Amino acid sequence: MNTSALHDLWAQLTPTPLFGLTLTLLSYLTGHAIQRACRGAALANPILISILLIGGILGLTGTPYRTYFAGAQLIHFLLGPATVALAVPLVRNLGHLRRSLPGVALALTAGSLVSAIGGMALVEICGGSRAAALSMAPKAVTTPVAIEVTQTVGGIPSLAAVLAIAGGVLVAISIQSLLRWARITDWRAFGLAAGTAGSGIGAAHAISFDEIAGAFAALAIGLNGLLTALIVPTLVHFWPHLR
Amino acid sequence: MLNAFAILLGFQLVGESLHRIFSLWVPGPVIGMFLLASFLLRKPSALSEPLVSTTHVLLQCLGLLFVPAGVGVIGNLNLIGREWIPILVGLVGSTFLSLFVTAYVMHRMPSRVAVAAPILSDGKEVQGNQS
Repeated sequence: MNTSALHDLWAQLTPTPLFGLTLTLLSYLTGHAIQRACRGAALANPILISILLIGGILGLTGTPYRTYFAGAQLIHFLLGPATVALAVPLVRNLGHLRRSLPGVALALTAGSLVSAIGGMALVEICGGSRAAALSMAPKAVTTPVAIEVTQTVGGIPSLAAVLAIAGGVLVAISIQSLLRWARITDWRAFGLAAGTAGSGIGAAHAISFDEIAGAFAALAIGLNGLLTALIVPTLVHFWPHLR
Repeated sequence: MLNAFAILLGFQLVGESLHRIFSLWVPGPVIGMFLLASFLLRKPSALSEPLVSTTHVLLQCLGLLFVPAGVGVIGNLNLIGREWIPILVGLVGSTFLSLFVTAYVMHRMPSRVAVAAPILSDGKEVQGNQS
């Protein structure tokens, strides 16, 4: 087997969905194995690890992102049905939501507003561009929503996705220390904050601690998705330097 | 399981259609989520075991689904490199602010149904007495 035959094989296989799918799955499983080896350390996040692995492999082999995504989009597509699937934990935990409704409504609205306004304002204050500020605004919501909202307001969807994921990882790493520091000792607050600030990754983190925290995180993802989709385009419309 | 998937895709399709027909801000899958939630409230019998287990499996590997979009970071390295200070400050600042404000408001709301989280007050790294 000579190198040119290997090159031929590589050139034939990379554009097929098999390449992107296998690479994504293997990298994610490697990420999980690494996290287990680090005794579940929050910093060794499987999502973060697999993005770094795939990015490195694509860079080293000179494979364009478009080629990889041609296959990986089959996984990406499942974010749509997964978002619809959030209706099930939403309905199953409706009792908890009803009993805490005023608090949930107020806390969610406050958290969404602070996240969108804070993100855009901080980027602008530090001299960032319009595109960066617009991609930062919806970053607290679940990724498909962040991508859609960013497309609507004219930001960069792929940057919004990256920021949403980075925000989720940040929430998973910091939430315990932050809430301990603030002496907030309520699973509902823990879950709602994890879901509002960190969406899917935050919710996965909350569920690993407590079922009620997980339920409130699921509620937060759904409602924050709706709220942000309403808040951000309105905010951008009235934001002084952006229009 | 196939039924469950058909339900999920069907509601996404309806949500997607409404999103396009009425040029709504709210993304199609989110509309689909709320439609499915209200459908399940109207008809609790539709919340069958296969639907619950299928959605559970799908939400269990939610992390994996973020990876292909996340790899898109390699296409944005130039922008991030040029603006890494505002992006880092905006990301960390707004995430911490949102986390704190949401938890604080939820915690402070008068309520008889607070669910104590001992791990947050009795933990090894506790910095003060439980309030």
